[in-house]
Amino acid sequence: MGHMFSLEGITNSIQNWLNSTFNSTWALLFEFVLVGLCAIGLFATLGLILVLMERRVAAFMQIRLGPNRVGPKGMFQSLADTIKLIMKEGLTPDGADKFLFNLAPYVAMIVAMLLLAPIAFAKGFQIWDINIGVLYISAISSISVIGILMAGWASNNKYSLLGAMRSGAQIVSYELSAGMAVLSIIVLTGSLKISDIVASQADGWWIFKGHIPAIISFVIFIIAVTAETNRAPFDLAEAESELTAGFHTEYSGMKFALFFLAEYINIFIVCAIGATLFFGGWMPLHIGHWESFNHIMDYIPSSVWFFGKTFFLIFLIMWFRWTFPRLRVDQLLNLEWKYLLPISMFNLLLMTLVAIMGWHF
Amino acid sequence: MFEEIGTTAEGDLVINMGPQHPATHGVLHLLITLNGETIKKVEPHLGYIHRSIEKMCESLTYRQFIYVTSRMDYLSAHINNHCCALCVEKGLQIEIPSRAQVIRILVDELTRIASHELWWGAMAMDLGAFTPFFYAFRERETINDIMEETSGARLTMNYIVPGGVMADIHPNFQKRVKSFIQLFKSKVDEYDELVTGNVIFQGRMKGVGVLSKEDAISYGCTGPAARGSGVNCDIRKLYPYEIYNTLEFDEILETAGDSFARYMVRIREMKQSIRIIEQLIDNIPEGDFQAKTKAVLKLPKGEFYQRVETARGELGVYIISEGGTTPYRIKFRSPGFSNLSALDHIARAGKIGDLVATMGTLDLVIPDIDR
Repeated sequence: MGHMFSLEGITNSIQNWLNSTFNSTWALLFEFVLVGLCAIGLFATLGLILVLMERRVAAFMQIRLGPNRVGPKGMFQSLADTIKLIMKEGLTPDGADKFLFNLAPYVAMIVAMLLLAPIAFAKGFQIWDINIGVLYISAISSISVIGILMAGWASNNKYSLLGAMRSGAQIVSYELSAGMAVLSIIVLTGSLKISDIVASQADGWWIFKGHIPAIISFVIFIIAVTAETNRAPFDLAEAESELTAGFHTEYSGMKFALFFLAEYINIFIVCAIGATLFFGGWMPLHIGHWESFNHIMDYIPSSVWFFGKTFFLIFLIMWFRWTFPRLRVDQLLNLEWKYLLPISMFNLLLMTLVAIMGWHF
Repeated sequence: MFEEIGTTAEGDLVINMGPQHPATHGVLHLLITLNGETIKKVEPHLGYIHRSIEKMCESLTYRQFIYVTSRMDYLSAHINNHCCALCVEKGLQIEIPSRAQVIRILVDELTRIASHELWWGAMAMDLGAFTPFFYAFRERETINDIMEETSGARLTMNYIVPGGVMADIHPNFQKRVKSFIQLFKSKVDEYDELVTGNVIFQGRMKGVGVLSKEDAISYGCTGPAARGSGVNCDIRKLYPYEIYNTLEFDEILETAGDSFARYMVRIREMKQSIRIIEQLIDNIPEGDFQAKTKAVLKLPKGEFYQRVETARGELGVYIISEGGTTPYRIKFRSPGFSNLSALDHIARAGKIGDLVATMGTLDLVIPDIDR
């Protein structure tokens, strides 16, 4: 396609060089290490950027300035915060289950890092293009609730316990409609592989091609993932005014920071999945057979498309947080089991019909 | 005093909410018995910010003790001062110049708006919406600036003194209040758009924390908390002081008795306060801002009681005088204490989230409860 700034060339040349210099086992090992370093680097960078973005967005909505002292326009604020958090003492409360208490933040972090693997950040920039990509994501993201439950239980604190129980009920429930929404796009693509899903949108994004069912499932998806990532208006697991800080009340220093980072990485991941499924991932805006238009769009690098879409969705989720009040726990579960789940089931049927009859574009 | 903290014999969870907790807005300590998320009992424990203001007042002169009362309900400091000044004036039978009366009502109503603004922001924050807090403070700052210009202080103004007010209003006062009215009128609609009409907000407020009219009366609730249940209790209407009887304003009543009714009472009350200010701001009479009083005030032997309507309800001050320069005994009837007493009754069988919402709509100021 003659992409400018395509990362495929870089990744291929690294692989070729490794294979020509070392034998295949060592080359693979080096690739693993490289990929791992990339993932950690991405994890940290994204975390820092998202925290800063959240604070700036919040400040923008709350008629104030936000961080603007550390570095130009406050850009290094999150870096300064990280240094502060590293220097703080990581307390383990008396009576806590020490092993689980210290394990929980790592579970949350590892889950978030594992989820980075199948995401296509740009054309040819994907860590692991597994053929069950979407299934892998839903499977791994279910583990994150274990980290939260672990933290709540091991803290030996009633607020933490309440927060963890809320979170458990919430994540398990909302995973269903998130899964249903994802499935309705899978019905159209016929593949769980991320690269196939992206490729299937070369002539238009599913949100436009998939008729009304695609829009419905996008709305359900956004609601469900907001709940799944414990973000306001579904932040019952933290619920500052009710449970002080919910499941991470007892955590301090870097252990707290890991939960915090994992939360933001999870937001990034769900938004990236949303962008991939509904907005074509790194695929530029293509419209049917408008060849010249499509060609012009190709000049915008694929990574810009991907991050643009993802950050738009992230902004949407941040916008929710700084606008809406919080739901009550019974209202939260009612919303899922009485409204979202039946609608998304019906929507899935409708989408199947659309796919079978070929009504989509 | 405290039960054993932990789990009860029935296996219910007992948790301490406060004295350090974001939702109790101060140092209120609630001992909550929970069955899962459902509240079985709420037991408020007081005394964390008790400064024995009533006892302190006994050793302060009639001019001095008014300053201490600003520290009770710090959000309606003017109105507390006003109540005490009225009581002392009643004992001394001083005629207040009409200019002072009008100024007093103006600052009272401005204080009421400022207090309701803060309550509005804090209550939205209790429900998990952070942004309204900043919007509320934006307008509240304007009032604080006006107060600062006139009285020199932003929170505990000590502006109202026996005999009138401490100093004349600042030359800018009228101009700035008028511009505030213009600003505020557009902002109230913005509040409604942002919070009142929100589906989640209404779901959290409607039918939650229902206080019936009978219960409101028997718990001694006053102010917006009782008017949300349909109890006529606006002191400005029932026992008018200063020139409230000559002013046109409505006593806001809602009948539902739930959190949303209490919320709406306060929102509508802000608009009534604006109405009162509009009637007076161009009609401040010329004259003295303070009556001529003796340097040392001595109340005659006897008992004096005065009540006013603060932003939270009925504040009463009861002075027993032995004829000296200091009161023999002072008792304050604070609105927050009675309103808090109804909390256990209305929060039972609700969820933790409901408790927070209910507490928010009762608009508790802890230093007012503890004194």
